[in-house]
Amino acid sequence: MSSVNPGSPDKEPATEAQAAQTALGNTEQTESATTPKQPTPEGRPTLGRLFLDNLWAANTFTVTLLSLVLAMVVGAILMIVSDPEVLATYSYITARPTDALNASWTLVSEAYGNLFKGAVLDPDAVGFNAALSPISETLTYTAPLVFTGLSVALAFRGGLFNIGAQGQAIMGVILAALAGFLLPLPPGLHLLVAVLAGALGGAIWGFIPGILKARTGAHEVINTIMLNYVAVYFLTWIIVQNGVQDPNRADAISKTVDTSAQLPRLLGDGLRVHAGIILAVLATAAVAWLLNRSTLGFELRAVGANPDASRTAGISVTKTYILIMVFAGALAGLGGSQMVLGTTASALTPLVVAQIGFDGILVALLGRVKPWGVALAALLFGALQAGGNRMQSYSGISLELVTVLQALIVIFIAAPALVKAIFQLRAARAARLQTSLAKGW
Amino acid sequence: MEPGEIHALLGENGAGKSTLMNVLYGLYQPDEGEILVDDKPLKLRGPSDAIAAGIGMVHQHFMLVPVFTVAENIALGAEQVRGGVGGFLDRRRARREVADVSARYNLRVDPDAIVEDLPVGIQQRVEIVKALTRDVDLLILDEPTAVLTPQETEELLTVMRSLKAAGKSIVFITHKLGEVKAIADRITVIRRGKTVGTASPEASRDELAALMVGRSVRLTVDKKTAAPGRPVLEVAGLVVDDDRQVRAVDGVDLTVHAGEVLGVAGVQGNGQTELIEAIMGLRPALAGTVTLDGAQTHGWSTKKVLRAGVGYVPEDRSVDGLVKEFTVAENLVLDIYDRPPFGKGLALRPDAIATSAKERIEQFDVRTSSADAPVGTLSGGNQQKVIVARELSRPLKLLIAAQPTRGVDVGSIEFIHSQVIHERDAGTAVMVVSSELDEVIGLADRIAVMYRGRIIGIVGPDTPREEIGLLMAGITPDSGTTGTPAVTESAAPAPEGPGSEDKA
Amino acid sequence: MAVENVAVAPVDQGFWTRTRKVGAVLVALGLLGAVLFGALATDQQARFTLSEDSAGAALEINGTVGAILFGLVALAAGAAMLAGLPKRWFTLVLGVGLVGFLLSFLCWQVSAAPTGQNFMPLVNVLRGTFVLALPLIFGALAGVLCERSGVVNVAIEGQLLMGAFSGALFGSISGSVWVGLVAAAIGGAFISLLLAVFAIRYLVDQVVMGIVLNLLAVGVTGFLYERLMQTDAESYNSAPRFSNWEIPLLSDIPLLGPVLFRGNIFLYLGLLLVLVIHIALFRTRWGLRTRAVGEHPTAADTLGVKVLRLRYLNVVLAGVVAGIGGASYTLALYSFTKNMIGGKGFIALAALIFGRWSPTGALLAALFFGFADQLATYLSAINSTIPSQFLAMLPYLATILAVAGLVGRVRAPAADGKPYIKG
Repeated sequence: MSSVNPGSPDKEPATEAQAAQTALGNTEQTESATTPKQPTPEGRPTLGRLFLDNLWAANTFTVTLLSLVLAMVVGAILMIVSDPEVLATYSYITARPTDALNASWTLVSEAYGNLFKGAVLDPDAVGFNAALSPISETLTYTAPLVFTGLSVALAFRGGLFNIGAQGQAIMGVILAALAGFLLPLPPGLHLLVAVLAGALGGAIWGFIPGILKARTGAHEVINTIMLNYVAVYFLTWIIVQNGVQDPNRADAISKTVDTSAQLPRLLGDGLRVHAGIILAVLATAAVAWLLNRSTLGFELRAVGANPDASRTAGISVTKTYILIMVFAGALAGLGGSQMVLGTTASALTPLVVAQIGFDGILVALLGRVKPWGVALAALLFGALQAGGNRMQSYSGISLELVTVLQALIVIFIAAPALVKAIFQLRAARAARLQTSLAKGW
Repeated sequence: MEPGEIHALLGENGAGKSTLMNVLYGLYQPDEGEILVDDKPLKLRGPSDAIAAGIGMVHQHFMLVPVFTVAENIALGAEQVRGGVGGFLDRRRARREVADVSARYNLRVDPDAIVEDLPVGIQQRVEIVKALTRDVDLLILDEPTAVLTPQETEELLTVMRSLKAAGKSIVFITHKLGEVKAIADRITVIRRGKTVGTASPEASRDELAALMVGRSVRLTVDKKTAAPGRPVLEVAGLVVDDDRQVRAVDGVDLTVHAGEVLGVAGVQGNGQTELIEAIMGLRPALAGTVTLDGAQTHGWSTKKVLRAGVGYVPEDRSVDGLVKEFTVAENLVLDIYDRPPFGKGLALRPDAIATSAKERIEQFDVRTSSADAPVGTLSGGNQQKVIVARELSRPLKLLIAAQPTRGVDVGSIEFIHSQVIHERDAGTAVMVVSSELDEVIGLADRIAVMYRGRIIGIVGPDTPREEIGLLMAGITPDSGTTGTPAVTESAAPAPEGPGSEDKA
Repeated sequence: MAVENVAVAPVDQGFWTRTRKVGAVLVALGLLGAVLFGALATDQQARFTLSEDSAGAALEINGTVGAILFGLVALAAGAAMLAGLPKRWFTLVLGVGLVGFLLSFLCWQVSAAPTGQNFMPLVNVLRGTFVLALPLIFGALAGVLCERSGVVNVAIEGQLLMGAFSGALFGSISGSVWVGLVAAAIGGAFISLLLAVFAIRYLVDQVVMGIVLNLLAVGVTGFLYERLMQTDAESYNSAPRFSNWEIPLLSDIPLLGPVLFRGNIFLYLGLLLVLVIHIALFRTRWGLRTRAVGEHPTAADTLGVKVLRLRYLNVVLAGVVAGIGGASYTLALYSFTKNMIGGKGFIALAALIFGRWSPTGALLAALFFGFADQLATYLSAINSTIPSQFLAMLPYLATILAVAGLVGRVRAPAADGKPYIKG
């Protein structure tokens, strides 16, 4: 590990993730202990001991945590090298090393401090809204990511790599928005219809690569990538059509979704968190049930693991492929629909879904393609996003740093061997991404 | 190894023959020990060292790039180039080299043909030419006859003799005794990674077999005479293509009655796999009919066929039989997961699955640490038992078992065989397809011999092995032509596995 | 694999061979052209000028006549296919049919343009095609290098972006285009090296790695852009640019001269690279080994080819090519902006697939996609009723049709995307 930033102030966003990870049984029980070097969280001695023993083994949680740390170290370096003033102190580092270190420390700790304050808790905040605002923001960003993450994860379990969550989310947002401002329906029903329209849009966009895969064997990775862009152009086209475009605007923006079709806010008008996060939790539970407790999930997992044996056992592989993609698409479409039905925006614009589809891929990988893992990963990404906003406005650190952090975390967790080598972890099984899925085009 | 010698390396499947040769070819690194060439120890860091030392190898799975031409495949790794740094291929020279070697050893290959368009026998010839252009003195042939027809086998043996005459040494890895006796100068028998003896080709089959297996095994199955009932499966005029759209089943008629075992014998690759897959609805039938208990199954899905009371033990368990990542319990319900009591509507009933798994594991003596262990962690025999347990736990009208004991330990073989007979005695129609003649003879009440996509004859189980062997080589008693006895004897009736020669 | 084989419909039997199916499609297109485009076209002349504006020599045809005539050409080509054309004529007749349809379409569009704009300046359109195709050519070549050796390159976008960024940054700092060019190559190679290390050494799924690297490149360049280039564009985002080099004599050839021989270094380099990589891939030892490693690495290994080393080499070379492609933006046309590649890397991937993993195929596909892009610009300039967004979808839709086997068969290198593990 290189010089700077030994302990950035915010390891907390991960600790809650860790608690639940343990609950998921992802950590492994290994017997003997090497000398633990990690700071120890409090706990009863026996439990704490056990925890320590496990901590330095290369289990899923440790690898995830260390990946986060590594990513933040790289992020810190980027901050330092891109800050001319701080960089200037390094020109005389041999003469006065403290200057360089202090300047670096100030820059990095302030930035990451703001990241934490924006994502979890601002100790200086006064009042109900101010105190809850970071959490509210985090959950607002989390909700759509849960859906796109689940979309990718579900397909992954079925042996398909859905790069198309982005396009499916776009089709979802289009249909949801159209239903939201074109249909004159009573409140409640209107929302329901709009949400279902979003799911339908995504499902259609998932069906296409699904049926192409099933009927012609065309690789879903290629097709979903291509369909992402088709969806982007379709969105930019439809926004400017008569009846869709906001009549009072010359630029590419649609009418606004009726309030009767908007997801209700959970904590009053001052905070952005909306019912989407509840839907996200329900969706996670539903997908978890579907995967592990339903006949459909059984088929899906069987086909994902061994299509030949599944076919021999009478499971229709083609039908399953189509269903997987339809479900995955519907999930991504639901995620997309939140981008206009929630509080982030209420009208279509060319960038209305932001990156949620691509982020969904990262979220799914980070969550080890398990439903609750995905939900936690989405929470982490949502927190980074929310914190990143504050970091941008308070410390002047570009929001792009969050993208860098997210990408780096996933790179590191995708190669546990690398993290293990860097930190010299004891060997223990870390759930690695299934390389068996690497089947090329 | 002496120069100009054909040395056979004989051993059962999994005895360590291929591993040894891969070490010799530098693909694997030895853990200890050394290799001596001309009395000097040789350190092989990779295949290039082996090639430099004059060792060439024809792998069991051909090492040819399918989309390349023959000349390109042969040139790869030892390219003739001109133009210095650019490294432009000298194609004319490459082609000439192929032509030279082809002519010298009488191995005809077209240098410009695309490899994937060539039949297996010719591909193997390309492999041999590839090794010979590298000036090897020692050629390793790993199970070269496994995929060949009798004619192709005969041609291969001729080629080996001419290579021997040209002073090349050959290591010939096989488990087929007939071929060994036909061509080898010296025989080394390997069992469980150890040399257990050397023999001369004059040694009798029984001696060799005993050396190879290490015990005398008799695979007889205790059974009463069959009481055949109504016809359950009727196949008429069935025509099926294989994956490459080549005709694999070419007008097959057969009937399996309730309470009998129909054995289908034949050298692998004569359409048996495609026949079964067509019956199971896994592969489209281009013509003909399959009638199951009076109902035509045309257009039925596999699920429908299974639900109609057909049990199916596929020939390749790790590809088609089991989902290795799934637990034993899950694999035990792979085809009935959606039926009560395991599934109700959309919901799966894990308790019912677990309970049933426990029973099956006990009943079929599956050795596993728990029902929740991934099935991939079990031994081959126990994996096979999982499949058998799964298929036999439904009420069946018809059981189709393909290579039911391939790669399975002796104890499990006996168990599986007794289960099959038990099923027959319960009135199920049974069809057993096996390339192990002894298994077919032991289990079957009638034996159908398949050759080039047709049933070439149906005989009783008391028919002499030799006669069935001739049928497997495509020679019918009334056709009159005896062909080439030496080869048919060596190639065709040499099924794999333990004890295959004990009656010979 | 068995699954896919069963899914595939049985070989065309009887009447509806592939040629006949394509023929039927062409007939439909021809009818569309002759009837619909013919009806919509106006009586004005459709002029195709051989210059950059309405002046000079031109090919002219009456709009309605042209639309109907060329529609009939497509119709005839389709009919010939339906009638059972010999296989060797397939490509040629298909080409004639498609060009006929395109011309029918253009006759309608040009003749229906507002008066005074009833012309299509071919030099402009073709030059624009090449400009828009250039990054695609570099990107697709990077894909060829990578994927022919068995490593899936979804990171083209990131490689282009990193190349564009480092070209701009170091070009600005040094004030030299050449330093910028080298930096761009290194920038692209850096992303490639990450792909290689993680895919080859750590066996991370190559598609996953590609996607993540794209995001990483977007993040890093976006971050540094905001921190450095936005705050001090003078020092960090004002790279010098390559000027156009006019090749004497050749540049005077009508139509082709101004298009092909008055470009900048990137145009020449791009076309040269297509040629060089094509020859190298199919005529040299390196190429033979590369293809072998991409098709059947184990076979190559048994013959002493160093599989992993070759893959590393090719992946890094791919990054160099893509990096230079990225510089074709920042060292010739524009200054760097955030996410300026904007999906071109994925169109390049489409071009690679549509061009069937061959350098020349990739070139043609890139030109086709570039033309579609340029046509969209042209059509919106003449106030066409055709929404430009649908033309912009064309590359992606074409690729989907291609991989679905509706337009010939597309086969990736057999070992593409599969990590090689010895033993």
